[in-house]
Amino acid sequence: MLAATMAVVVCSTSHAGTPASRSEIANTAHASMVQAPAMQKTAITIRNFAFEPATLSVSAGSKVVWINRDDEPHLVVSAGGQFPASPALDTDDSYATVFSKPGTYTYFCSIHPHMVGTIIVK
Amino acid sequence: MVPAEGDRMRKPGDIEDTVVSNGDDSRELQRDRTAPRRQFLKCMAWAGAGTLFLMKGGVLQAKALDALGGDASARDASFSFVQVSDSHIGFSKDPNPDPVATLQQAIGKINAQQRSPDFIIHTGDLTHLSKPEQFDTLAEVMKGAKAKQTLYVPGEHDVIGDNGKEFFRRFGTGNAGWYSYDYGGAHFVALVNVLNLQAGGLGRLGADQLAWLKQDLAGLSASMPIVVFAHMPLWNLYQQWGWGTDDSAQAMDYLKRFGSVTVLNGHIHQIQQKVEGNITFHTARSTAYPQPSPGVGPGPGPMKDLAGNSLASYLGVRSVQHVRGRHDLAITEEVLG
Repeated sequence: MLAATMAVVVCSTSHAGTPASRSEIANTAHASMVQAPAMQKTAITIRNFAFEPATLSVSAGSKVVWINRDDEPHLVVSAGGQFPASPALDTDDSYATVFSKPGTYTYFCSIHPHMVGTIIVK
Repeated sequence: MVPAEGDRMRKPGDIEDTVVSNGDDSRELQRDRTAPRRQFLKCMAWAGAGTLFLMKGGVLQAKALDALGGDASARDASFSFVQVSDSHIGFSKDPNPDPVATLQQAIGKINAQQRSPDFIIHTGDLTHLSKPEQFDTLAEVMKGAKAKQTLYVPGEHDVIGDNGKEFFRRFGTGNAGWYSYDYGGAHFVALVNVLNLQAGGLGRLGADQLAWLKQDLAGLSASMPIVVFAHMPLWNLYQQWGWGTDDSAQAMDYLKRFGSVTVLNGHIHQIQQKVEGNITFHTARSTAYPQPSPGVGPGPGPMKDLAGNSLASYLGVRSVQHVRGRHDLAITEEVLG
C-alpha cells in the first residue's frame, strides 16, 4: 500500500526520480560531503539507521532523493519545518524534494531522532 | 489472591476511576487506604530452556526452572501480569514474515499459564507502520488472551504520520496519553516517550509529562511498589543506536525515593537489565523479531540471519508476579520455542 502510494507521488508530482543505482550509492557511501552539479538529482541512502552521506552539499534547484535500504521504516523530517516531511518510508521506498533556496537544512528521522542529516544548498 | 486486610484492591476495570491527570484529593484518599507495608516485587524470568531469574535485594540470580509455573512463588503471588512488546504487525520480512502468527503463539503461552494473568501490558510497537488495518489485527489477536484487560503505551511505530492520534483513539487511556493506576497495592505508571522527538535526541517524556509524574508520585508512601512502563528504554542503554530517553534522569529522580521501582520497556527486542539503587530496569523481547545486542554489527534493526528455526527462541513474553510479604518480587521470561 505504501509502495503504491509512493509510486503515485512519484508519477504525479515528478518530485521523486528513479532510485539511484547501487554503484552510485556505493560511491557516495563513504563520503562525508558530496558536491552535486546544479539541477542534478542527488541520492541519500538510509542504511543501518544513518543517512549516507550525513552532509550533502548541492546547488540551488537540486532535487534530493532519499532511499530507505533498511528493514525498518524511516522518515525524513526537516528539523525547522523548512521542507515537507516524508511519509513513512518502508524498505526501498524513496522520497524526494527540490531545494530551491540556498541555506542549511537540518533534517532527522522523527521516529529515530538520533538519525540526523544536513543538506547545504548553495 | 485475596487482598490482605486493609489493602484496597484495584482492578484494571477500575482504571478509569484512578487515572490521574492532575493531583486530586480523592486519589490521595485511595492511597491512604493502601497498606503502607513494605512490599517488594520479585522478578523471575525463565526462558524456554528453563532459566529462572530471581531478583533478590536488587541482585539478579539465575537458576534452572523445571517447568512453567513450577516455582513455588508463582502459587504465592497475590496477582500477576504479563508484558507483551513490539508485535510489529505489518512487518513481513526476514526473519519473520508472519508476526501475527508469532503474536498468537505468545498469546497461547499466556493462556497456557496455570493462572491467568490479571492483566496484560503491551509496551508499544503494536504495529510496524501505524496503519488502521494493522491496529485492527493487533486488537483482534489480543482479544484472544485470557486476561481481563490489556493496557497499552505507544511505540514510535504506532505514532507515524499522526502523532499517535489513531493509536490513542483505539488504545488510549486518559486524556494526555500517559496515565497511572493502583492495583493490588502497587502503583503503575504508563509513560509515553515516543512523541515530539527532537533532532539528534532519543526518546522524550517532555516537561508536561514530567510535571504530571512528579505530581502523580508526590502523595505516595515510599514503601509502595512502583511499576513504570514505557516503550523506549528509560535509561541510557545505547545512545549510539538511539536506545534511551533524553529526559529519563528527571523521571528517575522522582522515583528514587521509593523502596521498589520496576521499569519495564520494549523497543530493543531483547532482554537487558540494570539495577540502579532501588530501581530495576528491564527491556523485553519482541513477539516479532530480535535485534542485535547493543553495538554488535552496523546498526539496530531486524536480525535477518537466524540459525535454523531458532526465531522462536528470540521471541517471548514476560510475566510479573507480585508476592506479598516477601523480600523479592518477580518477573518471568518465556520464549516462544
